[in-house]
Amino acid sequence: MRARFSTTMADLLRTDERTALVLADIGPLDLVAGEPAEERVVNVGIREQTMIGVASGLAMAGLRPFVHTYAPFLVERPYEQIKLDLSHQERGAVLVSVGASFDAASEGRTHQAPADVALLSALPGWRLHTPGHPDEVEALTRAAARTDDRQYIRLSTQTNPEPWPADGAIHVVRPGTGTLVLAIGPALASAQGAVKGHDATLAYTATPVPLDRAGLRELAGQHERVVVVEPYLEGTTAHEVAAALRGRAVDVEYVGVGRTEQRVYGTPADHARLHGLDVAGVRARLLARSRPPRPGGPGA
Amino acid sequence: MTTSPPLTSRLPDTLLRNLARVTGDDKHDPAARSTLDVLWVLHEHVLQLAPWESRDRFLLSKGHGPASYYAVLATQGLIPESWLDDLAGFGSPLGHHPDRLLIPPVEISSGSLGHGLPIAVGLARGLEVARAASRVFVLLGDAELDEGSNHEAIAVAGRWSLGNLHAIVVDNDSASLGWPGGIGARFTGEGWTSTDVAGSDHDAIRRSLSAAGDRPHVTVVRTERKGS
Repeated sequence: MRARFSTTMADLLRTDERTALVLADIGPLDLVAGEPAEERVVNVGIREQTMIGVASGLAMAGLRPFVHTYAPFLVERPYEQIKLDLSHQERGAVLVSVGASFDAASEGRTHQAPADVALLSALPGWRLHTPGHPDEVEALTRAAARTDDRQYIRLSTQTNPEPWPADGAIHVVRPGTGTLVLAIGPALASAQGAVKGHDATLAYTATPVPLDRAGLRELAGQHERVVVVEPYLEGTTAHEVAAALRGRAVDVEYVGVGRTEQRVYGTPADHARLHGLDVAGVRARLLARSRPPRPGGPGA
Repeated sequence: MTTSPPLTSRLPDTLLRNLARVTGDDKHDPAARSTLDVLWVLHEHVLQLAPWESRDRFLLSKGHGPASYYAVLATQGLIPESWLDDLAGFGSPLGHHPDRLLIPPVEISSGSLGHGLPIAVGLARGLEVARAASRVFVLLGDAELDEGSNHEAIAVAGRWSLGNLHAIVVDNDSASLGWPGGIGARFTGEGWTSTDVAGSDHDAIRRSLSAAGDRPHVTVVRTERKGS
């Protein structure tokens, strides 16, 4: 995804004079180096507060800034700048992160921000994308270059085998009965494995905020239970799902990244297993109708 | 510091009347009006706002205590004087911190400290990319400089040689831990040029704000100590 973002960004910088890229020493610093578009790639050094302020100022001057770095440094460190310099000022920007949830498992907690989508969803009007495939990254990046709003594109090293349309809608991957499994972004790969041999319906979206509420409401009406498999902090999607299903008597549960800080390194696969986001974990939750509390998990 | 000449000898009556309308107070305590002189000189003599599309930009970063700013905007005809009579009332466009969406000529909403200068750096860079001749002015307080985000932005502006960027720091000695060695040194060390002026010296303020070069410039405006 990161490579596709870079090639797409390079093309946009060359072909659309409105496009700018703001970096803080991380990412494709030499993109379009030596070309006329180079002046629209700005590196502020390791200064993430100013990175967001600079993006706001570039937007004031009529540019369309993309801002790119590691998720914790992009969302958590300058959160007030995002709230004020972008949202409150009503200035547009596209934040593009790498290091989704536990992608940086071996780096430890400092490089992990599973709450990024929850934090940004607390601000009004943002469109938050969690693409599951490089093709979706390219589609979302190109679409974001054409607007003036505030968007977040969360790149991950976890990918799904096939791309789906990144058009904001919920798509049925596999029809079924009884349980509706809604997989968000790169969580689809595990969900696909988990529903094998099970009669659940599997659906997908690359855009959890704003969620395709009408789509979910219609699909949920044909099922008695909804299981949301989300690649970020467990429960993040709950307020969107609650709004979509208001007044509906349907059992909803969430499988995502637990709140407990896991003081272990290892690989993303290790952490997927730890949080129950691997095939076996999702399958276990799918089959467990009684929802027992998980040790160390939310509600434990 | 020596006592400044009275405000009435250097500022127009209309401005002082408008200030009294905002504050409901006609005593004009100079210590509480630290930004009034420089805001007046900037708007009356320096900022070029026509045509609006290619105007100079003024960003009030120190959004706390904006009474002087509102009085200057009204006196310049940029907002209706009638707005001054309802500061921070429900439905009033003028709050204790300005909101750019409620006050059309205001460039940024402010109140939380340390946001204006980084935005100004991005704006100045963006206007350079757009080959625009507009200058960017941003006003901060000496205590606001405590916020680390300013020091990020000071370094970036210096390294990018943003000659179209002018910072104004109103120094009423309100930073709790002070700035030993002076405020200007925080900027010149990062490649800016700097001028210290007295708040009552309108000619010196005007000259400093009109400085042109290939580096960003800061005008440190010394005013009477807060609370003195």
